[in-house]
Amino acid sequence: MSRVLVGVKRVIDYAVKIRVKPDHSGVVTDGVKHSMNPFCEIAVEEAVKLKEKKFIKEVVAVSCGPTQVTETIRTALAMGCDRGIHVEVSGKDYEAMGPLQISKIFAALAKKEEASLVILGKQAIDDDCNQTGQMTAALLDWPQGTFASEVTIDGEKVKVVREIDGGLETIKISMPAVLTADLRLNTPRYATLPNIMKAKKKKIANMKPADLGVDEPPTRLAGVKVETVDDLVAKLKANGTI
Amino acid sequence: MASPLIRCFSKVGRQVSRPWSVCQHGLRNRSTQPDMSAEQAAALGVSYPPLQTYSEEEGMMRDAVNKFAQERLAPFVSKMDENSLMDPEVINSLFEQGLMGIEIDPEYGGTGSTFFSSILVIEELAKVDASVAVLCDIQNTLINTLFTKLGTAAQKERYLSRLSTDMVGSFCLSEAESGSDAFSLKTRADKHGDYYVINGSKMWISNAEQAGVFLVMANVDPSAGHRGISCFIVDRDTEGLQIGKKENKLGLRASSTCPLNLDNIKVPEKNVLGQIGHGYKYAIGMLNEGRIGIAAQMLGLAQGCFDQAVPYTRQRVQFGKRIFDFQAIQHHIYRVFCNVFQAMQHQIAHVATQIEAARLLTYNAARLKEAGRPFIKEACMAKYFTSEVATLTTSKCIEWMGGVGFTKDYPVEKYYRDCKIGTIYEGTTNIQLSTMAKFIDKEYDH
Repeated sequence: MSRVLVGVKRVIDYAVKIRVKPDHSGVVTDGVKHSMNPFCEIAVEEAVKLKEKKFIKEVVAVSCGPTQVTETIRTALAMGCDRGIHVEVSGKDYEAMGPLQISKIFAALAKKEEASLVILGKQAIDDDCNQTGQMTAALLDWPQGTFASEVTIDGEKVKVVREIDGGLETIKISMPAVLTADLRLNTPRYATLPNIMKAKKKKIANMKPADLGVDEPPTRLAGVKVETVDDLVAKLKANGTI
Repeated sequence: MASPLIRCFSKVGRQVSRPWSVCQHGLRNRSTQPDMSAEQAAALGVSYPPLQTYSEEEGMMRDAVNKFAQERLAPFVSKMDENSLMDPEVINSLFEQGLMGIEIDPEYGGTGSTFFSSILVIEELAKVDASVAVLCDIQNTLINTLFTKLGTAAQKERYLSRLSTDMVGSFCLSEAESGSDAFSLKTRADKHGDYYVINGSKMWISNAEQAGVFLVMANVDPSAGHRGISCFIVDRDTEGLQIGKKENKLGLRASSTCPLNLDNIKVPEKNVLGQIGHGYKYAIGMLNEGRIGIAAQMLGLAQGCFDQAVPYTRQRVQFGKRIFDFQAIQHHIYRVFCNVFQAMQHQIAHVATQIEAARLLTYNAARLKEAGRPFIKEACMAKYFTSEVATLTTSKCIEWMGGVGFTKDYPVEKYYRDCKIGTIYEGTTNIQLSTMAKFIDKEYDH
């Protein structure tokens, strides 16, 4: 019955020296080593731990992106997830994609898969947005336990110890809920060789954002530079924003 | 020693030159996937990919072991070398990760993967510690293979599941008076009804301190010469089995190497592995494969050492330049002797080339074996060449690092000490060269 969705993102490996493209349009990604976002690894580990403790039945690893992200999903499967979902987004759409679109996709999937928990890494090391978890919870209208450093399931509720600026905060939220993993939540396991072999047989389902009723990300419109704050206020009033 | 070799394994003396075709892993229950990673298959669409092409599974395994070795094993290396003792936690983690039963069937708790995966695993482990790599190599290429190929259902049931989960094995062939001349071994096994009594002593036995089971080669009929040699499974707790004090070695110190005393050991008939009198065949067969494993170990050792030394040369600045860019001050003097390799860059590039060549020899030998094609000459070449390359690489790396390379604070001196055994064990360089020569001789027979 209990199912957990875990989001995994394929990012440039943390140990790689980042280089900017000559035309300054972004960073060099071709031929550069990529791996699973470290916070996503922690999220996967937590989900697999919950399954081992028999609190949940199934862990589904989800990733959005081009074909290469299936490697990342396979790594999640090798760590102990049961199956994977690859939401295909490629090319320009992938580059334009941000936390809002991802959250819409996750929200739709969480409903479709009837998940009791969605566990994400607190942020990705390439964009450091720290938004997807929170947005997903808002779209689903589910409670959220972000920056989790300890997670305990207590019946229908989840006790989350969060790392906040002032120290640690303990909250109790009811399921279904969204959690985001912080650094000290756990130490991710190494994928053992037998698990890597088993991962080959696990299924990865393929779908497009449209299948989930999520639109293509809107093209970003160019901005306008203004000279003074008064101009800014005038422009905002003119286009009806305020 | 070479003549039984030719007699037993005279598959094809002449090398049929076929284009290097894609390996079909038909030996195991796997899909006949071409030997490429998913991306490369899409990109190339070519049936003759480069040697350094891995299946998705091999790639994932190699990355997993690389990460595991660099993060979890590295902290133990220096202490284990100093104390000449393998930390039990290291051995446990090897079992946990499934690295001790790579080719063993999952039904016995193994990983169910291929020989090439073992080679990649051994290489990655050796980059961090050659002693850990050799423990893993002996288990996978010698012990597990012998049980899998020759074991009866009962023997497999009893031992394979333990070998993949918690028990280390040891291969006992060499004696004080018989190293390269292995088949002149003196350990005797006398038959008494339904059991054998074994007497003798073995020397240079790796993993002896940790092993739970020993595969002992003994002669049941010395008058038959090598045709009396047979393989016996001896449990550690067998009465009369004494494991001597381990050797104080120059290198590979964390790997225990002990003499063994067999004093009237009773071994039941059901503990004979394979057939009586066929032990010499088994030994040679396994050592041919083990050779590729050792090549992988030496390769990893060379690469690991190189990876430690080059960053130093890129950082260290003398005379206003990185020493990596250094041209020897007296370079022009040496030019007279046409010694092109004086320049630092040239030395580094030369060593890198040797390592690449060693890698291709090793991978090719492994793929040939997997494809069921003749591989013995290539395996000898791989072992001989990689051990020589390891010696060259480690020696040069210490030089490049200068004074700090000579101290124990930096890891390169350990690689230097560890590499020497490569030219000695599992068939000395001389034996490898003689074996190759015999094959070459036969090739020109027609």
